[in-house]
Amino acid sequence: MDKKVIVYSTSTCPWCARVKQFLGDNNIPFDNYDVGADKAKAEEMIQKTGQMGVPVLDIGGEIIVGFDKEKIKAALGL
Amino acid sequence: MYELIIIGAGPAGITASVYAARKRMNFLVISKDIGGQAAYSGDIENYTGYQFITGPELTAKFEEHMRRYNIGVKEAEEVSGLRKDGNIISVRTNKAVYESKTAIIASGKRSRELNVPGEEEFKNKGLTYCATCDGPLFSGKDVAVVGGGNSALDAALQLINIARHVYIINIADNLSGDAIMRQKVQENKMVTLLNNTQVTAILGERVVNGIKIKQENKEEILPVEGVFVEAGLTPNSEFAKDIEKNQLGEIKINHYNETSAPAVFAAGDVTDVPDKQIIIAAGEGAKACLSAFRYLVRIAA
Repeated sequence: MDKKVIVYSTSTCPWCARVKQFLGDNNIPFDNYDVGADKAKAEEMIQKTGQMGVPVLDIGGEIIVGFDKEKIKAALGL
Repeated sequence: MYELIIIGAGPAGITASVYAARKRMNFLVISKDIGGQAAYSGDIENYTGYQFITGPELTAKFEEHMRRYNIGVKEAEEVSGLRKDGNIISVRTNKAVYESKTAIIASGKRSRELNVPGEEEFKNKGLTYCATCDGPLFSGKDVAVVGGGNSALDAALQLINIARHVYIINIADNLSGDAIMRQKVQENKMVTLLNNTQVTAILGERVVNGIKIKQENKEEILPVEGVFVEAGLTPNSEFAKDIEKNQLGEIKINHYNETSAPAVFAAGDVTDVPDKQIIIAAGEGAKACLSAFRYLVRIAA
């Protein structure tokens, strides 16, 4: 069963763009929340991670902060 | 044993690696990350050939180029020491020790930290070194930018469109940086410029709620929810202990990218090259590799 992927990002963060590109290149569907615009999702992200850095990925409950390619690949089974 | 070890995979290291691959050298690239400082850049408009490109996009292009030559990078590995024993260079990382005949140090620079109480605690909890990345999270809030040069001005200008109020905490008498940016910042009503002011602590509970600042001998608390540190850069050269550096800690090089240690070359922002730019770093990486190659040919002869 495929894991649900959520990305918390801001519109200007270069690394967030990279994460989304990486997921797109690997045909992984994901939900993206712009935490700059959506305060509720920003709070959700802070609750999940205890911090405010972006991007944050939630891969089936596994939380990864930053574009950590190896961790992301491992979490997705790539 | 390798012919060449390249330390760092930013624009300098990556370019050196492409040159090394094309010379069919037996080499290794070790780096904490791919792209270096360039990867965090928002908008790059002066990398010839790319009129406008973001840092991550350019980094992706560099990676594509490396993949063409099947260049693998030992990623997420940090060099902690470099030593020369006779003709062998030993590079120690947090994972292993590697040996080589030559080395190129292209480890770049990192953000200077404030070294004040609370900084470590609140990293990514209201304190950040990347306004481009994290700015939007502070919309409608009061924020502080610590610094007085172009990076600080750049951060302030980005934050003016997002935050409620921007305080610039500058330790010097005046702002430095480009006149055009200084003017824009000083004229803006949303900005309060505090010169001759130092941050002495970062305060908060779960996240940042203020900073302690000192002006002359007076201390006060400034309530802010975001702190953007743009207080300069420091070279990642500590591991190169026996190599000559300047007062800023940058590795001294000559026209051939030679350092004070034979067979050890250096390129990019970690060196004393007068200007730190992505395209300059790339060029320096190429030069360093060609010098290393010529050195190997000489010692083989």
